[in-house]
Amino acid sequence: MSGARHLYVHLPFCASRCGYCDFVTVVGRNGQHGAYVDALLTELELERGALAPRLESVFLGGGTPTVTEPRELERLLRALPAAEEVTVEANPETVTPDLAALLRDSGVTRVSLGAQTFQPRLLEMLERRATPDEVRAAVGTLRAAGCDNVSLDLIYGIPGQSTTDLDDDLAEALALGPEHLSCYELEAKPGTRFTHAHGVELERQVEALETYFERVVARLTEAGYRWYETANFCRSPQLVDGRDLRSRHNLAYWRGRDYLGLGIGAVSTIAGSRLRTTPRLGLYLAALGNGERPPREVEPLGGEVRRFERVLLGLRLDEPLSLEGLAGAVDPAALERLERLGLVERGAAGEVLALTERGRFLGGGVTAELLA
Amino acid sequence: MDQRRIRNFSIIAHIDHGKSTLADRILELTDTVTGREMRAQVLDTMELERERGITIKAQAVRVTWKGHELNLIDTPGHVDFTYEVSRSLQACEGALLVVDAAQGTEAQTVANAYLAIENDLEIVPVVNKIDLPQADPDGAAAEIAELVGDDPGHVLRISAKTGEGIAEVLDALAERIPPPAGDAEAPARALVFDSSYDQYRGVVAFVRVVDGSFKAREPLRAMAQGTRFECEEVGFFSPTMQAAEALGAGEVGYVITGLKDVSRLRVGDTLTSEQRPAAEPLPGYKDVKPMVFAGLFPTDSDEYPELRDALERLKLNDAALFYEPETSQALGFGFRCGFLGLLHMEIVRERLEREFDLDLIVTAPNVAYRVLTKGGEEVEVHNPAEMPREVERVEEPYIKASIIVPKDYVGPVMELNTERRGRFDHMEYLSEERVLLVYELPLGEIVLDYYDQLKSRTRGYASFDYDLVGFREGKLERVDVLIAGEPVDALSLIVHRDGAYARGRALVDRLREEIPRQFFDVAVQAAIGSRVIARETIKAKRKDVLAKCYGGDISRKRKLLERQKAGKKRMKQVGAVEVPQEAFLAVLNLDGSKK
Repeated sequence: MSGARHLYVHLPFCASRCGYCDFVTVVGRNGQHGAYVDALLTELELERGALAPRLESVFLGGGTPTVTEPRELERLLRALPAAEEVTVEANPETVTPDLAALLRDSGVTRVSLGAQTFQPRLLEMLERRATPDEVRAAVGTLRAAGCDNVSLDLIYGIPGQSTTDLDDDLAEALALGPEHLSCYELEAKPGTRFTHAHGVELERQVEALETYFERVVARLTEAGYRWYETANFCRSPQLVDGRDLRSRHNLAYWRGRDYLGLGIGAVSTIAGSRLRTTPRLGLYLAALGNGERPPREVEPLGGEVRRFERVLLGLRLDEPLSLEGLAGAVDPAALERLERLGLVERGAAGEVLALTERGRFLGGGVTAELLA
Repeated sequence: MDQRRIRNFSIIAHIDHGKSTLADRILELTDTVTGREMRAQVLDTMELERERGITIKAQAVRVTWKGHELNLIDTPGHVDFTYEVSRSLQACEGALLVVDAAQGTEAQTVANAYLAIENDLEIVPVVNKIDLPQADPDGAAAEIAELVGDDPGHVLRISAKTGEGIAEVLDALAERIPPPAGDAEAPARALVFDSSYDQYRGVVAFVRVVDGSFKAREPLRAMAQGTRFECEEVGFFSPTMQAAEALGAGEVGYVITGLKDVSRLRVGDTLTSEQRPAAEPLPGYKDVKPMVFAGLFPTDSDEYPELRDALERLKLNDAALFYEPETSQALGFGFRCGFLGLLHMEIVRERLEREFDLDLIVTAPNVAYRVLTKGGEEVEVHNPAEMPREVERVEEPYIKASIIVPKDYVGPVMELNTERRGRFDHMEYLSEERVLLVYELPLGEIVLDYYDQLKSRTRGYASFDYDLVGFREGKLERVDVLIAGEPVDALSLIVHRDGAYARGRALVDRLREEIPRQFFDVAVQAAIGSRVIARETIKAKRKDVLAKCYGGDISRKRKLLERQKAGKKRMKQVGAVEVPQEAFLAVLNLDGSKK
């Protein structure tokens, strides 16, 4: 085993918590950024053996990585191993010229901006702090600093969002010319403040929202974006001199590669095991303060589970999934039925599998049926 | 015991009017059980009986009081067991008629009181629960006196809870009820009024000896069914089994038969001695036939053998339960079961789920139909899916229903009965406030949700009882349901022609709500023969994706998908369509969906 070539680093700090969010986040505690970065770097040293000598991707996610004290963020970035793609997630209101320069000078190659929507009333509902102007300004700031790989996150299916609102969001986003777009339907996750406040409304509009996904895909593909994963789009290579703008880090997940995760709540998949680090900041800092590994849940992944995951992840991509080694994971009768319904296609003498366009819209259900 | 000092009696009471508590007090006061042995409601043995407060199995307990032998014969307390009640009453010379001082008479009390009067029983009327603050002993006594044609002053007023008046009840039983007639010297005859199955001793028959006497080691015969066996033991309950030398004329007790199957010794049969057999059986034996049928299927098809074994075990103790294997293309392997009525069905289902830990799908109940085919053949149909398409004539069972309601609810009850094809028979005022309505109704209109409707339209005040009155021709149609063109046997139903369209429409609407959207459009149709009477389309799903896959937390996503798969497993496959099990119950409460 040559080690994982992908590294995820979790920076949990946020200025405030958005109602719909169920990620591991920490609000306030500004005094602890330094201690947290120390802990991350200690953990990196403890786990370095799990990493390959050369990394393909590093991804700093959150939380809001860019609310981390700039000095600490810079210290972290400079200490992390180099990689061909280094992504940092940022909230638009945090993107100042100084920050953009810091990121550029610390080896960051890609910035993922949480835009979510351009409608002020919907931003308010999501409890997002940035205004539409700040989103536009952030992209400009990054461009001015020389960033040539910007991704925008959009959320659709917000209570009260009309198709006109959605079209407007997509047009606004496209006008900024991002290299990459992630478009997720808003999920009412159990236990969030948002679900408490708007869950019933979301439930009510389920059917009305059904066409939104198709609309997103149609608008973006028309505009020259490749729908390369269920919820992810990038500018087509022929429009950008052959550059492959897919997120290398996320591709690694979908292709079932190993990755190491650092930080609270971070998940790793290494050599047949999935590990989940404690989400509790205190425990994490205390353990690493003593130079010890933080508490982690370990889930051994059996062969069957790994094959199940390969199919579930692989079918999210627009590239065919090789069935080599996946015998037994796919139910042949279901496959035949789904083929007849025009949802799945087999290619290359039955050795690869891909979802048709309609199949991709129904990907969750199709995969559930396909898996033996 | 001198035959002249024997008194055999039953207690007739509506559920909750205090029958079991009264029985407990009688056992206590006669020292049949000591206080230490006393547990509440000694006579109801089964767990289920205790919980539901109803008595399924009759038992007979012997007590002594001032030189008299009193046999208390417990009767089943519900409409489905009218025949068993009538056999228990036939074993008695008298009955305690118990009415709740706060509630007054109920339909079931009236029906059973009439049954007792028809059997020439001496009625000892009792108003119970006089200790309740809301009790109206005078009102209840007037009602009960009116019912049995007695003097209100003759009605005993007691509280089984506090024990007040129990001694007077025992005195009244000894004084008012005549001793059993019957000839101690004649060839032996005993009425079987109930039986139960003991896993070590086989079938135990509960009997009332009419003539002659019975003792152990005697070859016996059940006259109606012709079953022969050697009597292993005779005895009585006090309240546990006490073996005796013999059971003589007029006495009540048990006979251990060694038989392995209760269906070989049916309630109402007459036991006689093989050596000196009686010429004639006792009158009144009926072969009770199940009238209500439903399919029982294991939710998990692997549990079929367990369901089969459980039904076999229940049948040992329940001669009225009928079952035969049934195969449904939608629900797989199961059993078509026949019941005396709805409560019987409910009890069997609960026992299967509770005592045998089975998870069941019970299809909508239907009644037995007598069908004359075009070919001139007469068949009995227990399953709508088996109703022949070409029929000359169909007959359905009818009941005479007695409904007691406060007078303000007469209108809603009449309206309900008219909707259910009822024919008004007559109406009586039981008191200024309460009215007895008598209707004739097709049993098929009762089995679905009549009782719930009756209760909801009368705010729970109505009480209801019925008797089968025979089969009558009806203009009945078989309505089939097709899902994506495939007929679904488990959803077929038989309805009156006038209601076929509305039922078909309601069923289709209901199924459209119950069946989740699939990867393709699914037509749901109701049809009579090849004629479609209602149709809905379940539109294909357009989107079904798991959302964000973030930070590498793949396990979470996998678990979501595993849950989705597990959900699919609980579905039943009808052709290419996945139908949730709940959908098969849609026919159960079609009226519910209209509101």
